[in-house]
Amino acid sequence: MADPLLSVVQVVREYGDRVRTRALAGVDLVLDRGEFAALIGPSGSGKSTLLNIVGLLDRPTSGRVILDGTDTSGLDERALTALRARTIGFVFQFHHLLPAFTAVENVMLPAWADEGVPSRAMRDKALELLDAVGLSDRASYRTNALSGGQQQRVAIARALARGPQLVLADEPTGNLDTASSDEVFDLMRNFNRQFGTTFLVVTHDPRIADRCTRIVEMVDGRVRSDQIRSS
Amino acid sequence: MPFQWFVALRYLRDAKGQTALILSAVSVGVSVVVFLSALINGLQSSLIESTLGSQPHVTVRAPREAPRPLVEPTPERAVARLIQPASQRLRSIDQWATVMADAERVAGVTAASATVTGSGVATRADARLPIVIRGVDPDRFLAIIDLRSKMVQGGVDLSGGRVVIGSTLATDLGVGVGDKLRIASTEGVEDLVTIAGIFELGNDAVDKTWVMTSLRHAQSLFGLPGGATTIEFTVADVFAADVVAGEINARTGFTAESWMMLNAELLSGLSAQSSSKTMIQFFVVVTVALGIASVLIVSVVQKSREIGILRAVGTPPRRILAVFLIQGGVLGLVGSVVGSALGVAFAKLFETMTSNPDGLPRFPVQIDITLLASSTVLAISVGLIAAVLPALRAARLDPATAIRSG
Ligand SMILES: Nc1ncnc2c1ncn2[C@@H]1O[C@H](COP(=O)(O)OP(=O)(O)OP(=O)(O)O)[C@@H](O)[C@H]1O
Ligand SMILES: [Mg+2]
Repeated sequence: MADPLLSVVQVVREYGDRVRTRALAGVDLVLDRGEFAALIGPSGSGKSTLLNIVGLLDRPTSGRVILDGTDTSGLDERALTALRARTIGFVFQFHHLLPAFTAVENVMLPAWADEGVPSRAMRDKALELLDAVGLSDRASYRTNALSGGQQQRVAIARALARGPQLVLADEPTGNLDTASSDEVFDLMRNFNRQFGTTFLVVTHDPRIADRCTRIVEMVDGRVRSDQIRSS
Repeated sequence: MPFQWFVALRYLRDAKGQTALILSAVSVGVSVVVFLSALINGLQSSLIESTLGSQPHVTVRAPREAPRPLVEPTPERAVARLIQPASQRLRSIDQWATVMADAERVAGVTAASATVTGSGVATRADARLPIVIRGVDPDRFLAIIDLRSKMVQGGVDLSGGRVVIGSTLATDLGVGVGDKLRIASTEGVEDLVTIAGIFELGNDAVDKTWVMTSLRHAQSLFGLPGGATTIEFTVADVFAADVVAGEINARTGFTAESWMMLNAELLSGLSAQSSSKTMIQFFVVVTVALGIASVLIVSVVQKSREIGILRAVGTPPRRILAVFLIQGGVLGLVGSVVGSALGVAFAKLFETMTSNPDGLPRFPVQIDITLLASSTVLAISVGLIAAVLPALRAARLDPATAIRSG
């Protein structure tokens, strides 16, 4: 079998200088390509912290993160940004779209920001993704003119815009009603099935966790249980 | 459009209120600078023009008679001296034709004219008025002071005992073109002359005293046959007049005075004006810079979550930096273009509103392209510099923290 997409080895993350909070107290986690994993656990257990570290937005106090065969501990900011742009897509709880931009511009952002100038291909790809999330008729809307579920679908399109290998989603359905949650979840699950994109999804919703191929449970900055299920 | 431009312009467009406010502030600042500069430059050049309209740029005079010692001190004998100034009789410049020819070869000299200038008295009926008799060669002198354009009556004709006099003097004496006038020099020589023309140079002292006659006539009035008491020059760059004067002095050995030495007070007034202009410009620049910087700082704070997201989706810090630098530069550019237009409009309006009934401006303004171009370049640079701190702050934001707390 090929090497895993992601290995998290003994990752510790502490905050504060005087009073030290241990958000992560030695986490080990290996994700294979194509997995659709749920990350669950009580509030404050370190889920978001772990996601930030895996997403290269934050560095561990100690321990290593190996992403797509690259040990990230030796990389500088520039290299981290480049690796992040190439391999990772983010979906945040509050969708975090840029309100100053239209839906299609938001989806184009990752490629545009990395390559500098926009291209026809970028736009076509963005429109294709908006179509795939069912929003082709909303492409030129400002994002604050969209509903919460629609915004989250734009965010998913943006996360997938560059064909990332790993999508990290922090409570993507946290603010949605049941119907919209299901829609958004199905969307991600379909991309996972269709393109083999690996997902790591933080959720508090047991119904959602239930439909994942794997459930990782965190408590107090540690992985308490890790359960692989048939998909 | 490159990413950083697109984001920068979109942010500016989106923050309509803020952008409009800071743009008006920058525009008003720039318009004040442009307006003031146009006004002050205009005032200064019309002051200089009217000053130089009635005087040469450089003048060489016959040396004054220095007191001569009657007894020289020797090592054995000290001498107690009582110095009395020598009587100043009008003298001719020795070999003035050669001196003039030498001086004309000095770089920057554009015209030269020899004169016999001395004091006298004009008499008409019971009026007796002090005058300055200026004997000149009209062809040469008109290149120094262009009387022709300043004639209010008659023409410049100095032949055969004809003279041209200042307008105030004509009024004071109650004479007009064609009238006769008796003039006497300080040497006691008298003559009856005919008035051929009356000029008005706009300089009171000149219009009140000058009687222009031919060089030959003045030579006979002052008993200086073939002589000349001054040589007058114009130079290409009026502000280089003292340099040219120094050069003429070095070349000929005669003391040469520039208009700048004779008008030191005017010049120090002008330079005080210029430095107050510089002060005002400086404070406007500082205010504009602070305004732009504070607007951008606020924008960085407001947008820190968005900046975090941009970073999370793979935007390199240098592009974030550029986004904010561009905003500063664009604010400076647009503000300076609008401000320059406003300033020019104000200046023109001011000129029209304060002009004389005959339509001639009383406060002529002077707008030059270099002024506008330099204020634009300045405003862009100020915008960029003001944006440096906010931009660095934006580029250094920690994305994880920014997204969490933003
Ligand atoms: N920037 C920070 N500075 C200080 N402490 C932090 C910071 N980020 C997280 N923490 C602490 O680390 C711990 C884990 O936080 P984290 O956000 O990862 O929890 P979580 O599992 O995502 O919780 P939730 O389900 O509520 O989102 C918490 O105790 C939190 O207070
Ligand atoms: Mg969290």
